Amino acid sequence: MTGAPLHLAVALDAAGWHPAAWRDPVARPRELFTAGYWAKLVGEAERGLIDFVTIEDALGLQSSRPDGPDGRLDLVRGRFDAVLLAARLAPLTSAIGLVPTATTTHTEPFHVAIGIATLDHVSGGRAGWRAQVSARASDAAHFGRRTFPEVTPETIGEHQGHIAGLLAEAADAVEVARRLWDSWEDDAEIRDVATGRFVDRDRLHYIDFTGSRFSVKGPSITPRPPQGQPVVTALAHARPAQEFAAGSADVVYVTPHDREQARSVVAELRSLPRAGEPLKIFADLVVFLDGDTGRAVERRTRLDELDGAEFASDAAVFAGTAEDLADLLLDWAQTGIQGYRLRPGVVPHDLKGITRGLTSALRRRGVFRDAYEADTLRGLLGLPRPAGRHRRASTS
Amino acid sequence: MIASTDPPPGRPGHVPRRIHLAAHFPGVNNTTVWTDPRSGSQIDFASFQHLARTAERGKFDFFFLAEGLRLRELKGRIHDLDVVGRPEALTVLAALAAVTERLGLAGTVNATFNEPYELARRLATVDHLSDGRAAWNVVTTSDAFTGENFRRGGYLDRADRYTRAAEFVRLARELWDSWQPDAIAANPEPGVFVRPDGIGTIDHQGRHFTIAGQFTLPRSPQGHPVIIQAGDSDEGREFAAATADVVFSRHGTLDEGRAFYADVKGRLARHGREPDDLKIMPAATFALGDTEEEAAENAAEIRRHQVSPQTAIAYLEQVWGRDMSAYDPEGPLPDIEPDTDGEVSQGRVRLDDRLAIAAKWRALAEERRLSIRELVIEVTGRQSFVGTPETVAGRIDAFVQAAAADGFILVPHLTPGGLDDFVDRVVPILQERGVFRAEYTGTTLRDHLGLAVPGAAA
Ligand SMILES: Cc1cc2nc3c(=O)[nH]c(=O)nc-3n(C[C@H](O)[C@H](O)[C@H](O)COP(=O)(O)O)c2cc1C
Repeated sequence: MTGAPLHLAVALDAAGWHPAAWRDPVARPRELFTAGYWAKLVGEAERGLIDFVTIEDALGLQSSRPDGPDGRLDLVRGRFDAVLLAARLAPLTSAIGLVPTATTTHTEPFHVAIGIATLDHVSGGRAGWRAQVSARASDAAHFGRRTFPEVTPETIGEHQGHIAGLLAEAADAVEVARRLWDSWEDDAEIRDVATGRFVDRDRLHYIDFTGSRFSVKGPSITPRPPQGQPVVTALAHARPAQEFAAGSADVVYVTPHDREQARSVVAELRSLPRAGEPLKIFADLVVFLDGDTGRAVERRTRLDELDGAEFASDAAVFAGTAEDLADLLLDWAQTGIQGYRLRPGVVPHDLKGITRGLTSALRRRGVFRDAYEADTLRGLLGLPRPAGRHRRASTS
Repeated sequence: MIASTDPPPGRPGHVPRRIHLAAHFPGVNNTTVWTDPRSGSQIDFASFQHLARTAERGKFDFFFLAEGLRLRELKGRIHDLDVVGRPEALTVLAALAAVTERLGLAGTVNATFNEPYELARRLATVDHLSDGRAAWNVVTTSDAFTGENFRRGGYLDRADRYTRAAEFVRLARELWDSWQPDAIAANPEPGVFVRPDGIGTIDHQGRHFTIAGQFTLPRSPQGHPVIIQAGDSDEGREFAAATADVVFSRHGTLDEGRAFYADVKGRLARHGREPDDLKIMPAATFALGDTEEEAAENAAEIRRHQVSPQTAIAYLEQVWGRDMSAYDPEGPLPDIEPDTDGEVSQGRVRLDDRLAIAAKWRALAEERRLSIRELVIEVTGRQSFVGTPETVAGRIDAFVQAAAADGFILVPHLTPGGLDDFVDRVVPILQERGVFRAEYTGTTLRDHLGLAVPGAAA
C-alpha cells in the first residue's frame, strides 16, 4: 500500500438503508428473518476484506418518528437481537469484525458485558460493540421501570437534560463493561493440581462500580475475552454524544456532509478530553453504487418514488461510481478521517458495489488491503490489545 | 380379553416408552473434572462445538447450558477449587446454531435479573436463528449476593420468585404470540411489508411488570421456545406443572424418581394439561467400562478427581460452618461439632440442617473407618449410572419404562470429550432396543420432545 490505509466498515440493516430498499428487485425481503440471509451478506463483506460489519438494533420497532411507532406498514419492521445475530455469524466467518448494536439504557450492563465478551470468545477475538442510548418513551414503556418524556423533533431542545443523562449512563455502562472484561487477568486460570485450584483468585478482581443509575460488584463470570477488551464504537452527530464517544469509545462514527464538515468534526473530536489510545474516527456515508453515475442516481430516484419522499439521512448520501467514491473517501481522509462506515442503500447490490467495486478502486490507489493482515478486530484496526488494569498488581 | 391397544411389556405389540436425552455442558460445578490431562478449555468455542456436535451425532434432544450470575464464594472469597467462569449462554447457543442442524439449544437464564421484553426477544431470536431449536431454562434467584451485579440489587422476596417467574413467562408468551403467523407480507407491489393488524399491541399491568407496546420480532418457528424449569420446592413444582414443557430435576434413585414423577405429572390435570405435555428429565452422570469392574474403577477414579483433598475440606467446612483447613483430608474426621451460626457458603445452595448431616457423616466415617476425603467421596453424589454400555443402557431404559423419568439430562465429567463414549457405545444399544430415535424425525426441539406447537392468540 502506498498511502495510509483506509479502514472500511459496512453497516448492515434489513434490506439496506433506503426505506424502500426492500422493494427493489434485487432485495430478498422474505428472507430477512433467516440466518441464511445474514450469512450471505457477511460472507460477501468478508470476501471484500472489509474490517467489520455493524448490525443495527433497538429495543422497539423501527420508526420514522423519534417519539414512537409510526404505524407504517410499507416499511421493514422487526429485527433480531444484534448480539445474538453476530454470534450466529461468527462460526461462518474467520477474519471480519462483528460489531452489534446493544443499548445501554434499559439493558443490564453486566449482561451486555458478558454477551460481548462471549461474542469475542466465539469469534476468536473479532467482537465489537456499538453502544447506543434509547431515548424513546415508547421503548421505556417496554420495560415499565422508567418514564421518559415524549421527545419530538419540535421539543428536542427542551429535553437536552434527558439525553445528557442517558449518555452519562452509557458512559457508566461502557466503564462497567471494560472493568468487567479486565476483572479476570489473562492468566487467572492456573489449573494447579498440587493446590487443587482451578483459578488464582488473586487474579480475579471485584470492580465495585458505583454510578448514579446502577452499581456492579463483579468480577465478570466470563474469562477475559481474547482481545482483552472488545472494540467499543459509537455514533455521534454532535455534543454531548461526541463527548461520550471521546471519553468511552475506541471508534466513533461521524456524519459530515462535505470535506469542510469532516475537517471541523475531526478538530472538534480531537479537542475533547480523552485518555489512552487515540480515538479512531470513521465517517458514515449512505452509498448507491453503479457503473455510471446516472444509473446510481436513477436507482435512488426510483426508490424515492416508491417511498413517496426524497431520501434524507443523517449521513451524507453518495450516488455514483466506485471510482468517484474512492476519490471522495481519499479526499476526506486528508482531514483526519481514518475510515468509513458505509451504509449500502440496497443490499446486496450496493454491498457488492463496496466489496467488489470500491475495494478494487481503493486498492488501485494503494490504500486498501489485499489480504487480511490480522485475525482480531483490534489487529485489523491497528489497536493494541490492552494489558488489563490489574496486570501490574500480580506481576510485581 | 383378546386384544389390547397397549399390551404389557414383553408381549408382541407393546410399544415401549421413548427416551429423551440431553447433554449438559460440563461446567461450573464439582462434577466437572479439570485435573485430567484430557480436560480441555472451558471457554473456547471449540469445546462447546465438540460437545454439541457429539450430542447431535447421538441424536440427542437438546444441549444444555447452566448459568450463575456471580462467581461462587466460600468464606468470603471466590471459590477456586472447581471450574470457574463461563460464557453468556444464549450467545454461545446462537453460535452453536451455525454448527449444528437439529439439536435443541437450551440456555439457563434467570427470571429475576432479566426483563421480559428483552429476554423474550433474545429467545425468539435464537429460535429464528436455529430454525426452531431454542429452549429457556427458567431459574429464579432472590439472593442479594447475585443482585449486587444488577441494577435492582437483591430486591425480591423468596416467596415472590415464582410469582415473578410465572408472570414473566406469561408475558413472554404474549409477546411471542403478538405477531400473527402471517404478519409479514413483504409484497413489493403495492408495498405492504406488514399486513394490517399483523402486529398486535401488548398492554400488561401486573404485580411485577407493567409493559405496553409492540414486540420487534415475527412469530418464531416454534411459536414459543420450549420452557424448562429447574427447581424442587412445592412452588417450583407447581410452576412447572402450570407452565413448563420440561422439568430438569435432581432425583437419583428409582423410588425418588417415581415419587417426583407421579407428583409433578399428577399436578398437570389441575392446569388442564395432559401427562405428555410435560417431560421430566433428571440430571444424570455416568461412568462406563468394558466390564463392571472396570466401570467401577473408572467411576472411583472420577470421584477422586472430583473430590480433591482441598475440595473435601471445603465440603466439610460447609457443613461444619467453620475453618477446617488445619485438618488432614486423608486423616480422620476431627472430634469437633459444627458451628451452627457459621455461614461459609455464598452463591451455592445452602445445606439445611447441618447438625443432622454432621451426625450422619460422623457415624458413617466411624463405621467404615473413612478419611475425610473418603467420607466426602462417599456422601456426595456418586455417578447415576455405572457399568458396561449394556448395563447402563438397560438401567436408563428401566428408569424410563418404570415412569421414574421421561429421559435424562446427562452431565459428562469431562470437557470436551466426556460424551464421546456414551454416544458411541450406549446410544446404539438404546436405538437397537427401539427406545431411542435412530434418526431425527422432525426439525424443531418441539418435534423431538413430542410437544405441540402452541396456537397463536385468538
Ligand atoms: C437440576 C437443577 C439445575 C439447576 N440449574 C441452575 C442454574 O444453572 N442456574 C441457577 O441459577 N439455578 C439453577 N438451579 C436452581 C433453581 O433455579 C432454583 O433456584 C433452586 O432449585 C431453588 O428453587 P426451589 O426452591 O424451587 O428448589 C437448578 C436447580 C436444579 C434442580
